Amino acid sequence: MRWLAPAVSERRQYSTHPPNARLNLPIDYSATPLLSHSSQTALATADLPAEVKNGTTKRMNLFQAINDALSTALTEDEDVIIFGEDVSFGGVFRCTMKLAEQFGGDRVFNTPLTEQGIMGFAIGAAAEGMRPVAEIQFADYVYPAFDQLVNEAAKYRYRDGSCGRSVGGLTVRMPCGGVGHGALYHSQSPEALFTHIPGLRVVMPRSPLQAKGLLLAAIRSNDPVIFMEPKILYRAAVEQVPTAAYTLPLSKAEILKEGKDVTVISYGQPLYTCDSAIQSVEKDLGISVELIDLRTLYPWDKETVFKSVQKTGRVLVVHEAMVNAGIGAEVAAAIQEDPETFIRLEAPVQRVAGFSIHTPLLFEKFNVPDVARVYDSIKKVLDY
Amino acid sequence: MKAGLARGAPLRSAAGAVRHRPSPPTTPISARHPVRCSSSISQRQGASHLSFPGAVKSAFTSSLKFALAAESPSLPTYRVVDQDGKIVDQSFKADLSDEEIIKLYKNMLLISIMDVIMFDAQRQGRLSFYMVSAGEEALSIGSASVLEKEDVVFCQYREQGVFKQRGFELSDFMNQLFANKKDPGKGRNMPVHYGSKELNIHTISSPLATQIPHASGAAYALKMQRINDPSLPPRVVVVYFGEGAASEGDFHAALNIAATRSCPVIFICRNNGYAISTPTLEQYRGDGIASRGIGYGIDTIRVDGNDIWAVREATKKAREMALQDGGKPILIEAMSYRVSHHSTSDDSFAYRARVEVEDWKRRDNPISRLRKYMEAKGLWDEGKEKEARDNTRRDVLKAFSEAEKEKKPPIRAMFEDIWEELTPDLKAQMKQLREHLDKYPDEYDLGDFEGGKNSLDP
Repeated sequence: MRWLAPAVSERRQYSTHPPNARLNLPIDYSATPLLSHSSQTALATADLPAEVKNGTTKRMNLFQAINDALSTALTEDEDVIIFGEDVSFGGVFRCTMKLAEQFGGDRVFNTPLTEQGIMGFAIGAAAEGMRPVAEIQFADYVYPAFDQLVNEAAKYRYRDGSCGRSVGGLTVRMPCGGVGHGALYHSQSPEALFTHIPGLRVVMPRSPLQAKGLLLAAIRSNDPVIFMEPKILYRAAVEQVPTAAYTLPLSKAEILKEGKDVTVISYGQPLYTCDSAIQSVEKDLGISVELIDLRTLYPWDKETVFKSVQKTGRVLVVHEAMVNAGIGAEVAAAIQEDPETFIRLEAPVQRVAGFSIHTPLLFEKFNVPDVARVYDSIKKVLDY
Repeated sequence: MKAGLARGAPLRSAAGAVRHRPSPPTTPISARHPVRCSSSISQRQGASHLSFPGAVKSAFTSSLKFALAAESPSLPTYRVVDQDGKIVDQSFKADLSDEEIIKLYKNMLLISIMDVIMFDAQRQGRLSFYMVSAGEEALSIGSASVLEKEDVVFCQYREQGVFKQRGFELSDFMNQLFANKKDPGKGRNMPVHYGSKELNIHTISSPLATQIPHASGAAYALKMQRINDPSLPPRVVVVYFGEGAASEGDFHAALNIAATRSCPVIFICRNNGYAISTPTLEQYRGDGIASRGIGYGIDTIRVDGNDIWAVREATKKAREMALQDGGKPILIEAMSYRVSHHSTSDDSFAYRARVEVEDWKRRDNPISRLRKYMEAKGLWDEGKEKEARDNTRRDVLKAFSEAEKEKKPPIRAMFEDIWEELTPDLKAQMKQLREHLDKYPDEYDLGDFEGGKNSLDP
């Protein structure tokens, strides 16, 4: 079953909060410091090229920023082609709106309903020099394409050896994550299944500005990239985005907020949850917490993470996907494995993540890490 | 590459190849399957064709001619009554009593009225999601009406008519839609993901086409079980899917494996013209889905899905054929038109003209077709129509408000049924959640859930 975006943000049945809640309040995206509410903050973003910093910005939500990046890519490189299910009319989340009209049906088109077909087709086109951007309508539906991604895309360069071919032009976009009522098949965050596969780069942006730069970097990258878009942010996250074309570095984390007592590592939508929890805990305990956005989940930026943990000695990793064998497991293992970092640890590395279950319709709010759970974990890691 | 390696022993089952299993005690299965041995390739004197192992009936020709897809004729569409409800198949005799015909009609009416009410309820925020099946009532109710209770059914997600016809009550629909404590899915699934063990309908899964190979495997199970125990009744599996889903690899795998293992399965494709926004022209370029059945060696028919009589006749015959010769698959392509939006999350006027939909509604509608047929027979009139509609509406609203009032399933349900038993890990996570809810009582609203946080106790 596939459904369209408006329901995601406009009608949320299960988002009401209890009357006396202090922590688990809805995220106020219009006030969060994680989004650039003004041109100045947008243009001051780390890693932006100088000429972009002198340019203009425009208010966009996440789907508009994706659309902007795709439009830029189509304009600057005639080898870029964009396709997937329902892409022609704009896509079920509106990310490809007007692109078919503007760039023609030969470059932006609907495919039949077959994820394995879409992926195989994209790999073939990339192997012959194109820069395909394939859309999988929901991350929950990527599994028929798994063989193509794991056995073909990831291994193409390796097996071709000095013949020199690769499918580096390939970018695969897919919406992921919970929205409150997606249940088993419209909520999944399968990033850890891809971060197990050498040869694939896995990226998840947190905001419109980040998404534009990271997606353009993904399309220009000569490695195949899995680009996962937290679908709850498509409409909810709105910020000023530079109008010029720009890329943000892949495999580089970003420190969103400096702190000295605890490091919180996350990516995608839960960053907003973490930020709310950090605001409360800093106020309540008078401590300071460092917040890191991994941005690229594989190969990930160990240096930034290790440096931060060496400073704070206390760390938690937060993600929405199941805790077992997730990103948190890999990050925690890497932290304890690094002698310089291990010796500085003051407490065991904590993971705040989904339980080891499928996403149940009614119980999503108990499963996805919320502000209270992150808040509690920060206190626990301090109390150890 | 794979094929080359497979010539000796298949790479993937190299270990399996040397394993020996005892023969089954009953009739050898091979007797029930046409066997084609590669060693039988031989060119007989004066033969017009060589028996290539891959195409045993292909004659030689000296004219270089491609089979042109565009020149092959379209399969006809079988129908019994026309748009005005008039019988066009003169050999047709209704096999139902007047009461039974009225019952079918009322079931169609119920589905369409429930659809309108639930669609609006979703719009008002009373439930999170809904999908209507407007225009496909004859297809689902007609086909289900000729199946046996013991037959096994797999659905896609637009087959509420199948559920109703097999005995789903309004309360069953509503309990699932509101995910209350009486929902057998325990509040885990999105609305419209119904399932019923009692009615032999497997629970709906959102991913498209995954259920089609399940049907082939289930049919093989039924076939084997009857071989092992001939006292069992003959049973078929029926699987429904859309023409969009038929583009998935699973569709092709399902038909091919069902054909090679001679499985008693009826594949029913609901070709309604759209897969969300994608029209059939961008979905495939052959003669519908039906032409693929023939390609897989499967007996196939195309029917007018708006004609409940045609759907019934075709499915009845298909069931008979599927049970012949030890079992075989059948493909039915039922043509209709998705009058509705894809779901409550879709606005189809973003990709198709309103007038196209209005034209279809005016031109043909499965419910009004049966109504016209009944009116011509003197079984139905305006008064009965009004009474039936009023009663149905009242029944739906009653079931609606009863289900909406029920408590939600216990929170514990989120951890159960992952595995047969709770693992130590899951028990620890349940305990962790329980302690967290104790520690932060103001942050959670637990009132709706049966048993509150106590359901998380070991």
